[in-house]
Amino acid sequence: MSGDRVVTRHLGMRFPLRGRELVALEDVNLRMADQEFCCIVGPSGCGKTTFLRILAGLERQTAGELHLEVTDPARPLSAMVFQEQSVFPWMTVEENVGYGLRMRGVHATVRRGVVAHYLEKVGLTQFAKAYPYQLSGGMKQRASVARAFATAPQILLMDEPFAAVDEQTRALLQEELLRVWESDRKTVVYITHSIDEALVLGDRVLVMSARPGHIKAEIPVTLPRPRSVYELKSTPEFAELVAKVWEPLRQEVLGSFSAMARAS
Amino acid sequence: MSVRARRALLYALATAAGVVMAFPFVWMLLTSVKSESEATAFPPGLLPTQWLFSNYADAWRAAPFGRYFLNSAIMALGTIALSLATAALAAYALARMRVPGRGLIFGVLLATLVIPPEVTLIPNYIAMQRLGWYNTYLALIVPFGASVFNVFLLRQAFLQLPQELYDAAVLEGCGHLRYLWRFAVPLSRPTLAIIALLTGIRAWNDFQWPLIITDTADLRPIQVGLTIFRSDVSTNFQLLMAGSVMALAPIVVLFLLTQRQLVQGIARSGLRG
Repeated sequence: MSGDRVVTRHLGMRFPLRGRELVALEDVNLRMADQEFCCIVGPSGCGKTTFLRILAGLERQTAGELHLEVTDPARPLSAMVFQEQSVFPWMTVEENVGYGLRMRGVHATVRRGVVAHYLEKVGLTQFAKAYPYQLSGGMKQRASVARAFATAPQILLMDEPFAAVDEQTRALLQEELLRVWESDRKTVVYITHSIDEALVLGDRVLVMSARPGHIKAEIPVTLPRPRSVYELKSTPEFAELVAKVWEPLRQEVLGSFSAMARAS
Repeated sequence: MSVRARRALLYALATAAGVVMAFPFVWMLLTSVKSESEATAFPPGLLPTQWLFSNYADAWRAAPFGRYFLNSAIMALGTIALSLATAALAAYALARMRVPGRGLIFGVLLATLVIPPEVTLIPNYIAMQRLGWYNTYLALIVPFGASVFNVFLLRQAFLQLPQELYDAAVLEGCGHLRYLWRFAVPLSRPTLAIIALLTGIRAWNDFQWPLIITDTADLRPIQVGLTIFRSDVSTNFQLLMAGSVMALAPIVVLFLLTQRQLVQGIARSGLRG
């Protein structure tokens, strides 16, 4: 397959806020190829999450166009992995992962197979019957990832999925995500605060500006795949890329600080 | 004041308050086993000289109390079921759906809380009569099947559910009704239990409304049924108290079973029931 999976033209988003208007996104122009792993970094409050919610169809943009290429109408267009609290607490891991399939009327036998497959991929087979409260934060996020993959979406949206877990767990989760994704490629839009994470995972890193958010810089990540998280970070190419992303980002983070200072 | 003295004072005050609260209840229990002459004696004595437990049997026989209990149960359970349904739907709309003027609607609803129930008595009566519901279970249940307080309580509970959960459910293909039924309702079970309890207690204890909206023994709930022991010229206190104990028993049992949830729920809402 080839061609663009996601295209936005002059995409903008405004919210009414206490009688005034908050411009969250302005003039976002973007193309993402099919099967591309795209990471978005940006200062806090720059509208990254809003952008993702628009891609997911949870919000509708107030300006511009969004085009998502549907190649297989039988599969859901997108699935999303949230930061936390999105596994359903009263369902077992197995039921969580199979929920989207159940909602789409997939037969129980087929469902069991798919669920088992992805549980194995994320290493949760032994916890299939466990409830979320019995799991660590990292395991909950694994379940979320498995759930997102299970419905075979054409686009996978991830909103800082590993931000709430500890450093070591995060590295493991990143490796697992890469492994699952490499065997089951799809377009991924991945939002993160961490430059390292963006570079480890992505084919391309997009730097978003402070509010109103737009795409400020694009850095292609030429590092070879398959990648190993820890080895990668010690290479000189990696350090060079970090500097490339940090330069535009730094100005934006500073900018968002002074904007906050003005506002308070 | 030392910590010790302060604590002693606190306990003394709490004990005094407890005695004041408990006294009518104890008085009712003791009077319910007194003889007629002792129940009306002056000056009154606290303890009966003769414990007449037969008062309970006499009271039960004085009127069709089985029927009255059944009517009260139908009224309470019907009101609970209807209240839960209306509260869930309204609270969901107010918490989750983007309705134009939602804030205003909610404000107007809240404003109705300041209307005393006495004011709505006559309009309700007229409405019931015009609907032809006088002397029906519908009249006993429907007017109290929706309460702003319940809507408020449940809306707060729904608002506390994480946004991610809703988003995730929607992305997995959930619609509003399914989300409400499969997610919001099961996750708000403690609040729903409080609503059921408070609504049930209120309906069970209601006296005025059933008194004016029904006039047959077939529909008479227990609280109205108890008036059998009062007449223009005298009141049969010991039997009235025995009947009251019987009428109160289900509520007391229910309270003992659920008091922890009840107190927590009221504390959580920050308001009285």
